[in-house]
Amino acid sequence: MKFGVVVFPGSNCDRDMEHVLGNVMDQKVEMLWHKEHDLKGCDFIVLPGGFSYGDYLRSGAIARFSPIMQEVLDFADKGGFVLGICNGFQILTEAHLLPGALLHNNNRQFICKNVYITPSTKNSLLTSGISENKAMKIPIAHGEGNYFANDDVIRELNGNDQVLFRYCNSNGEITADSNPNGSLENIAGICNKQRNVFGMMPHPERAADFIQGNEDGKVIFESILNIVNA
Amino acid sequence: MKFTASINVMPHKALLDPQGKAVTHSMKNLNLEQIQNVRIGRHITLEVEAGDENTAREAVDTACKKLLSNPIMESYDFKLEQA
Repeated sequence: MKFGVVVFPGSNCDRDMEHVLGNVMDQKVEMLWHKEHDLKGCDFIVLPGGFSYGDYLRSGAIARFSPIMQEVLDFADKGGFVLGICNGFQILTEAHLLPGALLHNNNRQFICKNVYITPSTKNSLLTSGISENKAMKIPIAHGEGNYFANDDVIRELNGNDQVLFRYCNSNGEITADSNPNGSLENIAGICNKQRNVFGMMPHPERAADFIQGNEDGKVIFESILNIVNA
Repeated sequence: MKFTASINVMPHKALLDPQGKAVTHSMKNLNLEQIQNVRIGRHITLEVEAGDENTAREAVDTACKKLLSNPIMESYDFKLEQA
C-alpha cells in the first residue's frame, strides 16, 4: 500500500499525515508536489489540511486547478481512493468530487479545539472499524468548516448513506450544542456516491499517535488498512 | 481588442453571511442603527483580450463560473467595457 500526500503551497498538515501513515501505520508514503503531473504509482491519495494558495478567493478554489489535481480527478474517476482532511475536504468540494460546500463558520471565528465526532455509517473505508455511537475526540482547526448543501443533496447524502461523521457530545449524542461551526445536520465528513472519495473537517492525523496525547483518530487509519490490505 | 470586466460576487441571500452580520452589528457602535442587512461580497476587475465583445463576455463568464465564484454559495454579475 503506497499513500501519496499532496503538498500545496500553504499545506501544513502534510508532514503530520506523513508521520502517521509512515511511522505509526508503517506504510509507504510519497509526497506529491502540486506542480507534478504524476501520482507515482500511489494507491491512495491524501489531500492534507492547511491553507493551500493562502486560501485566496475561497478555500480550495485555486488548489483545485493545480496540475496534480487533474491527475487526482482522473484517479478518483477510475475508482482510486482519495481522502481530503480539512483544507483537503474544501478542495474536494471545489473540485466537485464531493457535493456541497464549506462556508464560513457560523460564529465567524477560526475554531481550533478538540470536538467529538461519531460515525454515521459502517459502510465506508474510514468508518467500518469504528463501533457505533462511539464518540471520538478529534481536533478541528478551521475558519470555513460549515458544511452546506441544498435540500436535495442532503436528502441524497442521507439516502445513500454518504455521511461518514457527525459532530456529537462526549456521550455520542448528536446535539445542536455539539455542532461547532453550523454545519447542516452536524455533518463533519462525507463520501461520494461511489464511496471512493472521502472528506472530513476534523484532523485524525493530529490524534493518532500516543505522543500526541490522543489516539482516537487512529481507528480511522486502521479501518482503511484493514479493508484495503484485506 | 482589450476589455475590462468589473465583477461582483455576492453570497446567496438565503445563506448566513457572518461577515456582513458582524459589520451590521458594529454599525451600532457608530450610532448608525438605521443601517441594516450589510452583506459582503467580493469585487474583482480583470482585463481580457478578445476579438469581439461576445467572445470576451464568454471568457469572463467561464472564469466566473469555474473559479471566481462557487454557485453553491455565491452568485455573480459583471459589466464589460472596452478598455
